[in-house]
Amino acid sequence: MRLRNNSGSALALDDWKIFDLEEDATLKGAPNSVPGIGGWLAGLTLLAPALEARADYSWNFPPPATPLARDTLHMHNQFMIVITVLFVVVFAIMIYSMIKHRKSVGAQPADFTGPKSRLQWFWVLVPFALLLYIDFILMGIPAFHAVLDMEDTKTKADMVLKVTGMQWKWQYEYPDSGIKFISTLATPRDQIANQEEKGEHYLLEVDNEVVLPAGKKVRVLLTATDVIHTWWVPQFGVKRDAIPGFLRETWVKIEQPGVYRGQCAELCGKDHGFMPVVVRAVPEPEYVAWVDKKKVELAAAAAGADKTWTKDELIAKGKEVYEKQCAVCHQANGQGLPPAFPGLTGSKIVNGPLLSPEGRLIPDSHLDRVMNGKAGTAMQAFKNTLGDVELAAVVTYERNALGNAKGDMIQPAQIKSLR
Amino acid sequence: MSTATATHAHDAHHYHPYGILRWLTTTNHKDIGTMYLTFALIMFFVGGLMILVVRAELFQPGLQMVHPEFFNQLIGVHALVMIFAALMPAATGFANWQIPLMIGAPDMALPRLNNWSFWLLPPAAILLTLPFVLALFGIGDGAIATGWTFYAPLSVQSGLGVDFAIFAVHILGISSIMGSINIIVTIFNMRAPGMTMMKLPLFAWGWLITAFLLIATIPVLAGAVTMLLTDRHFGTHFFNAAGGGDPILFQHLFWFFGHPEVYILLLPVWGLIPHVVSTFARKPIYGYEAQVYAFCAIGILSVIVWAHHFFTAGLPVPALLYFMYSTMAISLPLAVLFFCWIATMWRGAMTFETPMLFALGFIVLFGIAGLTGLVLADVAADAQYHHSYFVVAHFHYALFAGGIMGVMTGVYYWLPKWTGHMYDEKLGKLHFWLTAISFNITFIPQFFVGLAGMPRRIPDYALQFSEFNAISTVGAFVLGFSQLIFAWNVWKTVRGGRKVAGKVWEGARGLEWELPSPPPYHSWETQPVVK
Repeated sequence: MRLRNNSGSALALDDWKIFDLEEDATLKGAPNSVPGIGGWLAGLTLLAPALEARADYSWNFPPPATPLARDTLHMHNQFMIVITVLFVVVFAIMIYSMIKHRKSVGAQPADFTGPKSRLQWFWVLVPFALLLYIDFILMGIPAFHAVLDMEDTKTKADMVLKVTGMQWKWQYEYPDSGIKFISTLATPRDQIANQEEKGEHYLLEVDNEVVLPAGKKVRVLLTATDVIHTWWVPQFGVKRDAIPGFLRETWVKIEQPGVYRGQCAELCGKDHGFMPVVVRAVPEPEYVAWVDKKKVELAAAAAGADKTWTKDELIAKGKEVYEKQCAVCHQANGQGLPPAFPGLTGSKIVNGPLLSPEGRLIPDSHLDRVMNGKAGTAMQAFKNTLGDVELAAVVTYERNALGNAKGDMIQPAQIKSLR
Repeated sequence: MSTATATHAHDAHHYHPYGILRWLTTTNHKDIGTMYLTFALIMFFVGGLMILVVRAELFQPGLQMVHPEFFNQLIGVHALVMIFAALMPAATGFANWQIPLMIGAPDMALPRLNNWSFWLLPPAAILLTLPFVLALFGIGDGAIATGWTFYAPLSVQSGLGVDFAIFAVHILGISSIMGSINIIVTIFNMRAPGMTMMKLPLFAWGWLITAFLLIATIPVLAGAVTMLLTDRHFGTHFFNAAGGGDPILFQHLFWFFGHPEVYILLLPVWGLIPHVVSTFARKPIYGYEAQVYAFCAIGILSVIVWAHHFFTAGLPVPALLYFMYSTMAISLPLAVLFFCWIATMWRGAMTFETPMLFALGFIVLFGIAGLTGLVLADVAADAQYHHSYFVVAHFHYALFAGGIMGVMTGVYYWLPKWTGHMYDEKLGKLHFWLTAISFNITFIPQFFVGLAGMPRRIPDYALQFSEFNAISTVGAFVLGFSQLIFAWNVWKTVRGGRKVAGKVWEGARGLEWELPSPPPYHSWETQPVVK
């Protein structure tokens, strides 16, 4: 058996050929099928994870999309076989003893309490030596290489993607091209509440997918703004925490174009189950085109900050922003979920003054809360994630809708000057 | 040992209160043991009920029964209740009942401390669950919703449930430390003449190591949650990067306690299993010394492997390698234990009464926990397993099949000794088979959804996980309701049943079986001599 080579490609598992992933069709079940009695029996002995490691993957890791994920899958399959063999051998001995050495078949108890002869000592030490070999050689060496491979985020990295976790969405930044956007759950709330039939990608769909070039090594930098989140796409074989105030990193090299789905894996509060990760890998030229298109969009949005908006325009835009960014906590009708998530309807803060007479930000006012958040709560500083237009729009919307009727408004240009 | 005899002379004139006062004021190790075990059984059902609500919510995709906030509270309080208020008190109950009987001592060394360490538990349990009730009256937003791990900064941000949980953990910790001191002092000072440390029953050895681990690690947890409390209310920034702190510091402190905690829960059971296997194989314990050394090795290893609980947090490569290999090393002393258990059976004359069935079920299912633990140690593969249902399944094999089924082994094994009545064997066997089968139906599917990519602690999930979750929920309900058989069987046995002799089991060995069943209120008034 050959161990991992430098390019990080698969283990050569020639010895394990009988467990080849693609070839044996006989045990392939329909995806997601309920396992039959045979499946259960296999499961009881932990055989299933090893033997069922087949093409449909509902019993195992999803199909690997990166070299890391492929290595992890191979390693996992190998380990599952090792521990299954251990399990079977150890408990076969135990079951043999349970059958042979029972009182009802007339067994007479022996009275030995430890190894006496050399032969007995030999048989005592063999399993110990075997386990040492399994731990630190058979499993330990591939694991060693895999760790180094996984942590090598910098060598030959083609580009950088910065991921910021926040309650309960992801922000993606492309430092090379200045693109920056937020990605939130796109599954309608009615589907979650069982009012509507659930779609194919229920809970694993977002409004803005991350687009990455296939075949390129992408260094992924991770951080968070509020609590710890974990960025996880099972098909990439990487999972890394996004920690507020610190930068962590990992890498992906997606081999084939396609859409890959995952979700936050660290409990991060109320909507932890509702912040998916969706990555679309595209061929290089398509990626370049996407970058150009995105840049144009961003420029248009920035230009919007300089024009004067009417109140109705702002309210219409604000409703859009509110429903995406704010309704999770403050609810679509503005009633909130007190005490953790206060209502906005009739709120003293929302109905307070917008700006000081000199046009400055008033501490703890509506605008201050929206822009700078409130420390120690889930209310985050939206000035980091929303543009001037969006901020102006959502503040204007909150003051003139949701049962509030302050009648005032703020222009994107004012927000820009307040930053 | 003259003190013990003197105490006994006084006892004859002691006034014994009746009713509730007897239980409030008792310093008798048997009474206190009974209270610990009863408390554990009640809390076991409380924690179980919480998780059945969770499993019901997870029966199908979509939100049907509870809000995500309430869901998060249930999972966290379930874990805290099961660990601190069910498993740990059950093990302490065993220690109280059995250690004096097994080492030939008239009582625990510090009886009043003993009473106090029990009576701290009910207030702690109330503190833990009170926020649920307060929320009904519009006070606060419910119990702790951060999971049992309290990870900062989520726990800094959350509501008053966290404060309640912090104080509950403090009180439980004080109780555990006092209980541990008591057990250590008892074992070191009150063994029967002739019982050297290397003749100490393995159960007492297991508990001795547990007690040292508790004293070593509980203060670290207490420190961590106190830092959390000051971060929440007094403007410190231990876990806040903006103030120069570090959220990962919390994880280091928490798991420095949290990993040994696993062995704190399991060592008493590992100490108990050889007694049961030896009794029903009618053969002396194999490898007594090896098991003692394995306990010590596990005790030491347990405090140097903590960071494998957060491999995905982004540790430096040397740390990853160190924690990976040290974690793998735990498999060696554990393998010694498995070897000894099976070698104790080997060439015995086995019968399969309920305690033996539970012991064998424990060995097989705990084997799965150990083996999956071995692969979890691998950092690269852990990137895939971590935070997923694979881990949930793994630690339930360790803590339900290992911890809870171990406790049940002990209850069936010793209940006839404690009550003088034999339990209902048919009900016992029914309980075992229902438990073992439904446990696997509950948790085997969780291995698969975990591998397929379902994160833990989510109230709703993508459609490809539906079938396995439905199966798991069915299993959980059967598992939960099967435990009523256990409660009923225990109740029946306490009330009456076939009388048993002092030596309840044909193959039993040890001092406790030389006493009548039930043992007198004050036993070993004259200390036995061990040869």
